Amino acid sequence: MHVSCEELDAQAKGLLKEFENVTLTPKLRSQIPMQEMPTQDPHVRVTNMQEVALGYSDSQVRLEALRCLQCKNQPCIAGCPVAIDIPGFIAAAAEGDYAKSVEIIKESSLLPSICGRVCPQESQCQKFCTVGKMHKDVDKSVSIGRIERFVADYAREHHCETVPSVAPDSGKKVAVVGSGPASISAAADLRREGHTVVMFEALHKAGGVLVYGIPEFRLPKKIVEHELDNLRAMGVEIRRNYLVGKTRKISDLMEKDGFDAVFVGSGAGLPKFLGIDGENYVGVFSANEYLTRSNLMKAYAVGESLTPLFDSRKVAVFGGGNVAMDAARTAKRLGADEVTIVYRRTEDEMPARKEEVGHAKEEGVQFLYLHAPLKITANEQGRVNGVELIRCELGESDASGRRSPVEIPGSEKLFDFDTVIVAIGNDSNPLIKATTDGIEVNRRGNFIVNEETCETTLAGVYAGGDIVLGAATVILAMGQGRKAAKAMNEYLLTK
Amino acid sequence: MNTILSKQRLSQEVFRMVIQAPEIAEARKPGQFIILQLGGDFNERIPLTIADADPVAGTITLIFQAVGETTHHLALLEEGDSIENLLGPLGKPTDIEKFGKVVCVGGGIGVAPLFPIVQGMKQMGNEVKVIMGARNESLLIMEEEMRATADEVIVVTDDGSYGRKALVTEPLKELCETWKPDCVVIIGPPIMMKFAALTTKPYGIHTIVSLNTIMIDGTGMCGGCRVSIGGKTKFVCVDGPEFDGHQVDWDNMLLRLGTYKPKEQEAHHRCHIGLDIKEGEA
Ligand SMILES: Cc1cc2nc3c(=O)[nH]c(=O)nc-3n(C[C@H](O)[C@H](O)[C@H](O)COP(=O)(O)OP(=O)(O)OC[C@H]3O[C@@H](n4cnc5c(N)ncnc54)[C@H](O)[C@@H]3O)c2cc1C
Ligand SMILES: Cc1cc2nc3c(=O)[nH]c(=O)nc-3n(C[C@H](O)[C@H](O)[C@H](O)COP(=O)(O)OP(=O)(O)OC[C@H]3O[C@@H](n4cnc5c(N)ncnc54)[C@H](O)[C@@H]3O)c2cc1C
Ligand code: SF4
Ligand code: SF4
Ligand code: FES
Repeated sequence: MHVSCEELDAQAKGLLKEFENVTLTPKLRSQIPMQEMPTQDPHVRVTNMQEVALGYSDSQVRLEALRCLQCKNQPCIAGCPVAIDIPGFIAAAAEGDYAKSVEIIKESSLLPSICGRVCPQESQCQKFCTVGKMHKDVDKSVSIGRIERFVADYAREHHCETVPSVAPDSGKKVAVVGSGPASISAAADLRREGHTVVMFEALHKAGGVLVYGIPEFRLPKKIVEHELDNLRAMGVEIRRNYLVGKTRKISDLMEKDGFDAVFVGSGAGLPKFLGIDGENYVGVFSANEYLTRSNLMKAYAVGESLTPLFDSRKVAVFGGGNVAMDAARTAKRLGADEVTIVYRRTEDEMPARKEEVGHAKEEGVQFLYLHAPLKITANEQGRVNGVELIRCELGESDASGRRSPVEIPGSEKLFDFDTVIVAIGNDSNPLIKATTDGIEVNRRGNFIVNEETCETTLAGVYAGGDIVLGAATVILAMGQGRKAAKAMNEYLLTK
Repeated sequence: MNTILSKQRLSQEVFRMVIQAPEIAEARKPGQFIILQLGGDFNERIPLTIADADPVAGTITLIFQAVGETTHHLALLEEGDSIENLLGPLGKPTDIEKFGKVVCVGGGIGVAPLFPIVQGMKQMGNEVKVIMGARNESLLIMEEEMRATADEVIVVTDDGSYGRKALVTEPLKELCETWKPDCVVIIGPPIMMKFAALTTKPYGIHTIVSLNTIMIDGTGMCGGCRVSIGGKTKFVCVDGPEFDGHQVDWDNMLLRLGTYKPKEQEAHHRCHIGLDIKEGEA
């Protein structure tokens, strides 16, 4: 049952009165109910592109913050890839000092309004939370991400953010390739030290996956634009429509254009396909194409956007990660009657954020577990009209600890679909490697870097984010961008 | 940036623009293309071949046919205007070598991207014959430039309004038989490329085609431009645009090009307003 934001706020207000004026023992704190995230009504939101999660009210955030026990051993911090002082920022939020709360976060993370929205919290910070452990349910942990989102949004909306100060001109010049979270954070930390920073982005809009991949209904683009504006305010130059390797090579940037160092955050933008029959029929899309059409090219604004959309009735989405959820929920919003996620394992193994899976279900996305695609069929015009699937069962655990799907012979069956979206992951973008001598990559095409410094095998060239980690997460990309920037700042001192 | 320095109308629906783009001009080689987007949230990204470039002046030349909404909007821009987003050079350059005898076949607007290849092939010391075709006389472009560059130029039109009344495949077949070229380069509408490639196939002549699939990013990120080449999936924007014409799965490519046909036709009617192009001509 969908509960409105007004209702949730009223409940929180009542409870806050109860708990505010008593001395809160850990036991009492753990009895405060976990605050649900207010959302748009599922029936309404499938007809629009606006954000689904609306954010806590003031009372909700205060109440949720009161649930934190301020544990001495701070197990949550160990779960956060950038080690944010979680109890610290939650304590400030509990006191209503949101500006201070955000400042604490910003010591470790540059993009809290983004990470608060998209981090897989249940497998990071919240996984280790004592409150969750007490309830034996990770879903009852303190909602660290939601509090983080609230205070970051508050600071942005109330203009109480501090733009980082920039040191006097160092005389050094740095190129940053790409404009995703790895590059944004590297650029900010490099600029702080007074270097001239130029960011090069291939597309006509900056922001990386945050702009072309993750849909508006999960991450409003104005938030990403705000972070880019902050970079511009610090004096970072953002050059769009510039494909490093083609417009100019890295060696030209360093030898002819006077860049003293380069950070590469070019991401994992090479869509994987399954290699099954029929994958090139009309109506088969990579999730990247489907999402780029909708997000970057705004094809969802039918009548305004010049980029056309494919009309779909029954959509199959192959995959079980965030990308698959985003594609499926986008297809729903673009008017498909039925959207089905086809996943080889079961819900337990699905790598998508739990919240997104829940939202997808509320929106009517169907899930077909333990099924794998064998081939795609089409009509005489080459347009998709079906997918042959085979049933699977879970077998032995593989290297990642997940149980591998095993196909059951003879269980093949043809299902009726007119659109297929392939969302089985991305490999590293090979362009920079192909156009730069001296950069070494591993078997999967990821750049090989020094773990401490993020330096590649080419002196003065550093890399971070998905190009190093393979398709990973925003927070890990951001963390690597910062790590690389730190090492680059030291390197530039010696130059 | 990206200021339009000159604009010419080459035929009823074909335009030539010289654009200031120093970095692209410097890096570009024959066979490569750009992707442009006319600004704002709602414009689409379209690929166009770099027909010529002057690295000293820092300019590139685009020759395009107004076929749909974006190319019509582009045609409405004037000297002094600029193209907000211009990305390039993209794709792999043409593999220009000393083959010996080369036939270059251009159909319609394909003649424009063919021209730098004809130039390159001549510079490498090849003997070059050109076959250029169009639906009718008014759509023929760049005949003079071709005549000044190639050893021989054969012009054909579908309706016989100029040159020989034939499809390009006819003189191509004759040349395959009598002149026996070592390499054939074909650029034009996909259906023409398909049949021209089929024409050279029995003679086992090395045949290069330049594919014009639908594209979005042009950087290898979306896979929308994929085609099947010898049974393997390739991305035209990064692995191409040029491929061995005998390996292309033409039927699949033609089907994929038609993905959005009904929608494009609808948009097409709207865009004639404001441009002096008669319905049915572009
Ligand atoms: C649909 C989708 C949903 C996701 N959902 C989540 C989520 O919920 N939570 C989460 O934590 N993570 C999520 N991720 C993963 C996350 O977005 C990525 O891990 C993260 O964006 C990687 O950041 P990055 O800076 O390495 O690169 P990217 O964000 O990939 O940015 C790379 C940028 O570099 C540009 N570029 C590439 N090559 C060049 C070049 N040669 N020259 C110039 N520019 C270049 C690209 O155009 C791109 O803009 C999702 C990913 C996708 C695709
Ligand atoms: C590598 C490459 C080089 C090209 N070079 C030239 C050139 O030098 N001159 C020229 O006039 N044309 C060229 N084209 C074709 C040009 O991109 C299309 O004509 C243009 O995109 C049509 O856009 P539109 O909005 O005006 O028409 P639309 O109404 O969108 O479409 C009209 C026709 O163009 C095709 N088309 C639509 N979108 C695309 C797209 N993104 N990419 C390719 N075809 C599309 C459609 O299938 C349809 O047949 C090239 C295409 C490619 C892939
Ligand atoms: S950045 Fe992500 S992992 Fe770290 S505290 Fe915030 S939500 Fe948790
Ligand atoms: S583990 Fe949970 S309760 Fe303990 S400090 Fe961290 S957020 Fe608070
Ligand atoms: S146009 Fe997107 S991969 Fe080629």
